[in-house]
Amino acid sequence: MTTTATRAAAPTARTSGRGPLTGTGKLLRFNLRRDRIRIPVWVAALGLVQVSAPATYQGLYPTAADRMNQAAVIDGNPAMKAMTGPGHGLDNYTYGAMMANEYLGFMLIFVALMSVLIVVRHTRTEEETGRAELVRANVVGRHAHLTAALLTAATANVALGLLIAVGMGAAGIESIDWPGSLLFGAAYAVTGLLFAGVAAVTAQISPFSRSASGMAGALIGLAYALRAVGDMGDDTLSWLSPIGWAQATAVYVNNRWWPVLLALAVAAVLVAAAYRLRGHRDEGAGLRAERAGAATGSAWLGTPQGFAWRLHRSSVLWWAVAMFLFGTMYGSAVDVMEEYSDNEVVRQIIENIGGATITESWLSMIIGLLAIICSIFSVIAALRPRREETAGRAESVLSTGVSRIRWLASHVTISLAGGLLLLLVAGLGLGLSAAATSGEGRYVGDVLWATLAYAPALWLTAGLAVAVFGLLPRAIGLAWALLIWAVLMIYFGGLLDLPQWMLNLSPYMHIPRMPAEDFTAIPLAILMLLAAVLVAAGLAGFRRRDLTAT
Amino acid sequence: MTIAISASGLVKRFGRTVALDGLDLQVATGEVHGFLGPNGAGKTTTIRILLGLLRADSGQTSLLGGDPWSDAVSLHRRLAYVPGDVNLWPNLTGGEAIDLLGRLRGGLDKERRAELLQRFDLDPTKKGRTYSKGNRQKVALIAALASDVELLLLDEPTAGLDPLMEVVFQEYIKEAKAAGKTVLLSSHILAQVEKLCDKISIIRRGKIVQSGTLAELRHLTRTTIEADTTHPAAGLRDLPGVHNLRIEDHRIRFAVDGEHLDTAIRALSQLGVRSLTSQPPTLEELMLRHYGDELQTDGGRPAEVTP
Repeated sequence: MTTTATRAAAPTARTSGRGPLTGTGKLLRFNLRRDRIRIPVWVAALGLVQVSAPATYQGLYPTAADRMNQAAVIDGNPAMKAMTGPGHGLDNYTYGAMMANEYLGFMLIFVALMSVLIVVRHTRTEEETGRAELVRANVVGRHAHLTAALLTAATANVALGLLIAVGMGAAGIESIDWPGSLLFGAAYAVTGLLFAGVAAVTAQISPFSRSASGMAGALIGLAYALRAVGDMGDDTLSWLSPIGWAQATAVYVNNRWWPVLLALAVAAVLVAAAYRLRGHRDEGAGLRAERAGAATGSAWLGTPQGFAWRLHRSSVLWWAVAMFLFGTMYGSAVDVMEEYSDNEVVRQIIENIGGATITESWLSMIIGLLAIICSIFSVIAALRPRREETAGRAESVLSTGVSRIRWLASHVTISLAGGLLLLLVAGLGLGLSAAATSGEGRYVGDVLWATLAYAPALWLTAGLAVAVFGLLPRAIGLAWALLIWAVLMIYFGGLLDLPQWMLNLSPYMHIPRMPAEDFTAIPLAILMLLAAVLVAAGLAGFRRRDLTAT
Repeated sequence: MTIAISASGLVKRFGRTVALDGLDLQVATGEVHGFLGPNGAGKTTTIRILLGLLRADSGQTSLLGGDPWSDAVSLHRRLAYVPGDVNLWPNLTGGEAIDLLGRLRGGLDKERRAELLQRFDLDPTKKGRTYSKGNRQKVALIAALASDVELLLLDEPTAGLDPLMEVVFQEYIKEAKAAGKTVLLSSHILAQVEKLCDKISIIRRGKIVQSGTLAELRHLTRTTIEADTTHPAAGLRDLPGVHNLRIEDHRIRFAVDGEHLDTAIRALSQLGVRSLTSQPPTLEELMLRHYGDELQTDGGRPAEVTP
């Protein structure tokens, strides 16, 4: 197929005198025009969070003693290291060292996400919808789409890198100097480029844009998790993570440039691989040819619930595997915790929680993190009805003998029950691996129970998505509000000393932090009640409204 | 005669756009009813209201004796719908989609399903995303035709089908009619409507502008007459309802309004007719009569079409 296509394309290329990149410039301009809101918003939001951080920290930690105190807290608590970074410069914890340690790793998740979304949006999504075909039929080369998408992502990342380098350098703080700021910006931009390369590869593998961004997203998660576990212990695993490389630059402390070059080299390899894969497949196809499927539907496909399960099935299974692995990976780190139990600062922290061991308090924090990740699935699943609706597929099903309530409820069931299943699997992975590592069998039950206690918060988060779908389908982005808020609170709540009411808005803050804390039923009952109200409102709203295509 | 579909004074607005502006539609049980009109006239909106997917802002609707909005589920078991733009699930095969839709509707006939697959020449093992537009349409058609229902709501069901499949489709619609089923067929293909439909409604800007049998509609418009006469035919010019009269020696050609056809033919017979052809108005002419002014306004502004 490929060779024929190349041969057929050759004369055209010769007559126009150009090759597979023909039209890249025009496509790049077109992409930038399509993203004229999107990219500036991403760049400005990420840039401002980072550039405004030094001033915030000057307020929070006005003296060197305050900063050294924070350094001691981090140094003594591997859970903090898992969340933040390897801790370069903790012995002289300047504002610069704080930025590199406490902001960079977390921010890079979003930088990577921006790159992945840009690249997939301009490659696989275009192919999947058939728009690329329309464009390719004009004087546009085979690799023009991929190249233009990568250049679009590069534009965004370079702009972000420059904004951060200049913004930080111009802040005029002693420890945040210009050489460090340039490296800081470069670490941002290059890590973004690397994940653009990751997305360029995943976009070639599957014919679906959702799988492409899903695979790349999983790799972002893996990169963060690898460095989290690595930074708690002997940092070997951190060297497997591109986010770990960016942190290995030790910006504002040692200013090492070579990890950035390493990342750049890997990005180049990824991009080359993407071009190679692109050259070996047809327009619109994945790497493997589409196989023939079943000629008839199995019996359970004929029920609304069976049908919903069929649509969510592979997603649930992949998530379950990923959550089990996440849990196992974190659980294997418990032995590191024991080494810290002599530390004075740690003992103080634990006394604040009350009676728990350091391992328990660390486990309860990891459980909260895992619960939030499980909630991402539930929100995505709860939003599936909206995707079915806008794609025009809901219309076909709802013109049969299925009521709107049953149809929506079957998806909601998957969202809520699937989320519970993921909590179970994540808790099992964490508990089993913690028990095996430490030799304390009680962790299995304790951790599982503690993880399942997060179900009401997860249901409330998904319930908001259902309510938005039923009542405000055109503002579907609001469905993510609770989850995003929860992520911000869990990360910045501790670092920025935010007021309690802001923390209280996150449902996850009301879950008893077992095994460190005792079980309390009332907050869970309230969260479940709120979740039920939101789901009911969503169902009622959907029954009353028009089916819309946009 | 019982009424399968009845709508009166339907109004539906989307923001500032008025999609339906007091639409009246009646379809008798056992009738194949053609629903004609250009894109954006309100055909799909009407059908989606009949399915209870949209709620009308005002007006009354009755479908198979029930209310399309509040009785949606029980009504849907008695009807099948083929959307104009069929979207399938990317990772479900065509066969699975047919079974899914058929079963959710309340079951489908296996033998008939196999026969339809063969007649429409569809490979049911392919995944939804690999089907062409025509094949996606076949999936929805087979799912609809394999169900035993009283009413078929078809929204431009053959827009992507080739002429051979068009013939197969027409056979099945005739068969459905013979079995006493009611069909509402929205279409652009006038030849299809002429062949299949007992009655026709023409919709324009959210209103039905004409409704009736093809014969009735023809009566409302002009028949073209061509004749060779032995005597000069100048006198015809003064007859009522005669238009565009052209006379070349003994050949005459004119169009005459349906209601004055009789008078014109009587007058003609006085002139010694040597040969006579009469052409009934085509559906195109019927449509043009209602939409001609739009074509003219569009034609008057060519600058907007080409850059």
